[in-house]
Amino acid sequence: MNAGWLDWFAQASHALDAAGMDAHTLLTFVLMGVLTMVARSFFFMSDREWTMPQWAQRGLHYAPIAALTSVVVPEVVMTNGQFIHSLEDARLAAMAAGALYFFWRKGQGQAVLGTIVAGMAVYLPLHIGLGW
Amino acid sequence: MFWHAPYYRHPCFREGAIAQLGIAPGIAAWGLMTGVAMVKLGLGVSASIVMTLVVFAGSAQLATIPPLLGGAPMWVVLVTAFCVNLRFVVFSAHLRHYMMHLPRWHRLTMGYLSGDLPYVLFVQRFPQPAQDEEGRLAQMAYLCAVGSTNWATWLVFNLSGVVLAQWIPSSWGFGFAGVLALSGVLWSLADTRLRLISAATAGMAAVLAAGLPLKLNILVGIAAAVALCLLLEKQVDPVVQEESV
Repeated sequence: MNAGWLDWFAQASHALDAAGMDAHTLLTFVLMGVLTMVARSFFFMSDREWTMPQWAQRGLHYAPIAALTSVVVPEVVMTNGQFIHSLEDARLAAMAAGALYFFWRKGQGQAVLGTIVAGMAVYLPLHIGLGW
Repeated sequence: MFWHAPYYRHPCFREGAIAQLGIAPGIAAWGLMTGVAMVKLGLGVSASIVMTLVVFAGSAQLATIPPLLGGAPMWVVLVTAFCVNLRFVVFSAHLRHYMMHLPRWHRLTMGYLSGDLPYVLFVQRFPQPAQDEEGRLAQMAYLCAVGSTNWATWLVFNLSGVVLAQWIPSSWGFGFAGVLALSGVLWSLADTRLRLISAATAGMAAVLAAGLPLKLNILVGIAAAVALCLLLEKQVDPVVQEESV
């Protein structure tokens, strides 16, 4: 690293102090940024030759959809950590509308964009209008 | 990287940018609501801006604000961030096969830009790593395009959310567009029986494990789904063994 960056960093740090942010918080954010890079590059940071076992390579084909469902399903069927008790929920209706659009278009063209638009077209009136 | 001419001049760069722009409204709304939520959680505007610019990981940003403001030691905040980011470690094992021809800093920059949706769009468009120079360039141009388009969209709207927070009520629920964006990509991945089984298992496991801290239920969902699919693949879909390697 060269001194220019360090100077820049020190100056930025002073500016932030003036704006009410301390060096400890700034350092935490920088390290979090490094962690973002490390996590996303974890298995290709090193130049060393390294092959994954066959079963692990095959397993990766099921991981992306699993990760998405793991994020999406709790966001749709849970509120504050509790399973929902009512079907009068704007999220369920919006997910159904989005899925209907996607499969009606057979996933062609901008089907994901259409899924968002169809879903929000159902979600916003139900959520803001009816309080679902 | 987007300033790397062989990438942005390649036709696949345009293709990737268009693919990512298709889901940009979801990213935009999600970024906007994340920005609003950061300020609503009590992080100051200047701190929120710095965090957005440096950290670039929406769920980790939101998950670390409560411990950060609660005076938790730095290592607790960092462990929280890393756990929420663990899914990217799984993605990186997959991306490795596409990346190793690049120099290290180049790989790290591409890695930093490869969030959830860029990763999914990329492996969907290129199920197999290229075997020649031309193919590798095309793949990296595409990955660079989806990654940098996603980065720019996220930054602009997350920062807008931080600035606009005082005028946008969280109760409108615009953040749900982000969930819908993820769901649209999810439907497009549901193309084999094993992947449907993976989705069903992950969804159930993630809900059952929702009580875990640090969003660890996401990891439980992924692990349960992948393990079950590996156990079932011979029975359900014998072909998968040849096509997938």
